[in-house]
Amino acid sequence: MIRLEKRPQPSRLWTIVTPLLAVVLTMVVGGIMFALLGKPPLEAIRTIFWDPLFHPQFAGYSRPQLLVKAGPLILIAIGLSIGFKAGIWNIGAEGQYIMGAVTGAAVGLAFYPSDSVLLFPLMVVAGALGGWAWAMIPAVLKTRLGTNEILVSLMLVYVAENILASASSSWLRNPEGMGFPGSRNFKQWPAVFNDELVANTGMHWGVVAAFIAVIAAYVLMARHIQGFNIRLTGEAPRAARFSGVSPARIVILCLGISGALAGMAGLFEVTGPAGQITIDFNSGYGFTAIIVAFLGRLHPVGILLAGLLMALTYIGGELAQLMLGLPGASIQLFQGMLLFFLLATDVFTNYRIRFAKGELA
Amino acid sequence: MDPVLLVASIMVSATPILLAAIGEMVVEKAGVLNLGVEGMMITGAVIGFAAAVSSGSPVIGFLAAALGAAVLSLSFGFLTQYLLSNQVATGLGLTLVGLGLSALVGASFEGVRAPGLGKLWIPGLAEIPMIGPMFFRHDFMVYVSLLLVAAVWAFLKYTRAGLILRAVGEDHESAHALGYKVVRVRMAAIFFGGACAGLGGAYVSLVRVPQWTEGMTAGAGWIALAIVVFASWRPLGVLIGAYLFGGVTVLQLNLQAAGANVPVELLSMSPYLITILVLVIISARGVHGAPGSLGRSFHASA
Repeated sequence: MIRLEKRPQPSRLWTIVTPLLAVVLTMVVGGIMFALLGKPPLEAIRTIFWDPLFHPQFAGYSRPQLLVKAGPLILIAIGLSIGFKAGIWNIGAEGQYIMGAVTGAAVGLAFYPSDSVLLFPLMVVAGALGGWAWAMIPAVLKTRLGTNEILVSLMLVYVAENILASASSSWLRNPEGMGFPGSRNFKQWPAVFNDELVANTGMHWGVVAAFIAVIAAYVLMARHIQGFNIRLTGEAPRAARFSGVSPARIVILCLGISGALAGMAGLFEVTGPAGQITIDFNSGYGFTAIIVAFLGRLHPVGILLAGLLMALTYIGGELAQLMLGLPGASIQLFQGMLLFFLLATDVFTNYRIRFAKGELA
Repeated sequence: MDPVLLVASIMVSATPILLAAIGEMVVEKAGVLNLGVEGMMITGAVIGFAAAVSSGSPVIGFLAAALGAAVLSLSFGFLTQYLLSNQVATGLGLTLVGLGLSALVGASFEGVRAPGLGKLWIPGLAEIPMIGPMFFRHDFMVYVSLLLVAAVWAFLKYTRAGLILRAVGEDHESAHALGYKVVRVRMAAIFFGGACAGLGGAYVSLVRVPQWTEGMTAGAGWIALAIVVFASWRPLGVLIGAYLFGGVTVLQLNLQAAGANVPVELLSMSPYLITILVLVIISARGVHGAPGSLGRSFHASA
C-alpha cells in the first residue's frame, strides 16, 4: 500500500532533481518511440542533444542557433512565469508575440526608408506595447467582469493569427514584392536589422533583452514587494487580500508584463532571425514557452537553463530530421512529453511516499 | 441561400463541438478541469482517420478514435488524480502532447481520402418536405451526438450514479466522507470525456473535411471548453451553445464563399471573436452553476 504524505514545505532537493529526472525519462521514452519508428534510438538521442553543440561538421552552424532560439523562449517564459506564480494563466502568449511583431513592424515600416538610430528602439517600444495591449484584453475582462483569462487569451491567438495573415497579404505587404505575400525584408534595411551583435554567436538584441529579463525577474520576485505580493496572491489568495493586495492590480500587472515581454520577443524575431512579417514567421514559441516556464520551475535561473535546453531540442530536432529522416512532429511530441514527465515527477517535490502495510485507521 | 441546406450544414458543423463539449461537461461536473480537449480531439481525429482508412469502415474509425482519445485522457487522469499534479498545467501538457502525437501519426495519411459516411434516413420523418432534409437525413453520428446529450441529461438528473458524480464535483470532501470513491468516479468521468472528444475529433477528419491535415481541429477543443461555461454546466445549454457556434461557422464560410465585401481574415476570426463575446456576456451576468470543487485536487489525508 503506497501512501502520499504532504510535505510541510516543497522539497528543495526534489525541486532541482525533478527537471533532470523528467529529461532522462523523456530520453528513455523518446528512445523507445524512435525505435518504434524504425530509427536507431541512441543515435537519435545523440543527434538531438549532443551533435548540435559538438558535431565537428554541424556545430559551427548550429551553436549560434542555440541563442537565437533560446532568446524568445526565455523572454516569453519569464513573463509567463510571473503570472503563473500568481495563479494567472496567460496561455495566449503566442498571440501577444504575433501582435508585438505586427505592431512593431508596422511602426517601423511607416518610417521606411529612414535610417535614424532612434527607429529601432521606437519599434521595440511599439512591439512591447502591442503585446501589452493584446494581453490587456483578457486582463481587463478578467478584472472588470470576471471572464476566464485562459479561454480569452487562447481565443485571441486565433484572432492574432488572422490579423497576421491579413498584414502579410495586404496592409504590410512589400509594395516592391511583386505581389508576393510578406512585408519588406528587414535584413536589407540596416537601420532596423536586428543583426548578431558578435559574429557567429547568435547574440542579437532579443537575447540581450532575455538576459536582462532574467535578472530583472529575479530581483522582482526575490527582493521587491510586488514580487512578494505576486507570490502571496498565488499561494494564499485570501491572505493576500487581507494584507491589502488588490487582486485586480496583480492581474493587470502580471498579464501586462508577460504581454509586453512576448510582444518584444516578437519584434526582435521579426526584425532579426525571421527577417520579415510572413503568415508563418511565428514558430509556436508562445506555446513552447509554457513548457520552458514549468521546466524552469517558474524560477528565472531555471527558465534560463530550460530555455537553452528547449532550444537545443529544436535545433537537434531539425538536425535529426535532416540526418535520420525523423519526422519533424516527433520533436513537438518530445517537448510535450517533457512537460508531462515533469508534472508527474513533481509529486516527489510536494509529497513524501510512504510504504505502509494495509489500511491504517 | 437555401434554408434547408443551411440548417443541415449547421448541424454537421456543430456536431464535433457538441460531442467534445458534452464530454467535457461531465468531466467538469465531476470536479475536474481538463484543458486538454483540443489535444484529445486532434488525437481522435488522426486515430479515427487512420483506422477508417485502413479498415475501410468509418464505424471502426469512430470506435478507434473514442478508445484512443480516452486512453490518452487516462494519462491526464493518472497525473492529476493519483500524482496530484496541477490540472491547468497538465491539461495544457495534454494538448501539446496530443498535437505532437497526431502530427507524427498523421504524416503518412496526408492527402488520403477517407471512406464516406452514408446518410441515415429516419424512416417516415425523412420524407416530410422541408423538415425531412433539414433534420432527418444526416449521418448516424449527428444522431449519436444528440442521443448522447439526452443520455447525459437523464444520467445526471435521474440516476444514482449521476447524483454521486455531481456530489463528487460539488464537494469532494463530503463525498469522500460519505464513502464514495472520489478518484475512481473522476477517472471514469475523464475517460468518458476523452472518448467524447475523440468522437468529435474523428467527426472533423472523417465527415466535416474529410481529410487529415495537421492541426485541423483549429481550436475546436478550446471552443468546446468555452461552450461548457456558456451552458452553465447544463446539457441543454451545451446543445444550444454548440448549435449557435455551428451557425456562426457556417454563416462565415458561406459569406466567404459568396465573396462578400468583407476581408476573409475578419470572417475567419469571427467564430473566435463571438466566443469571446459570449464569454464576456456570460461573466457579466455572473457565472452560475460551476461545480464547487472544479479544478481542485483531491487528496484523502489521513
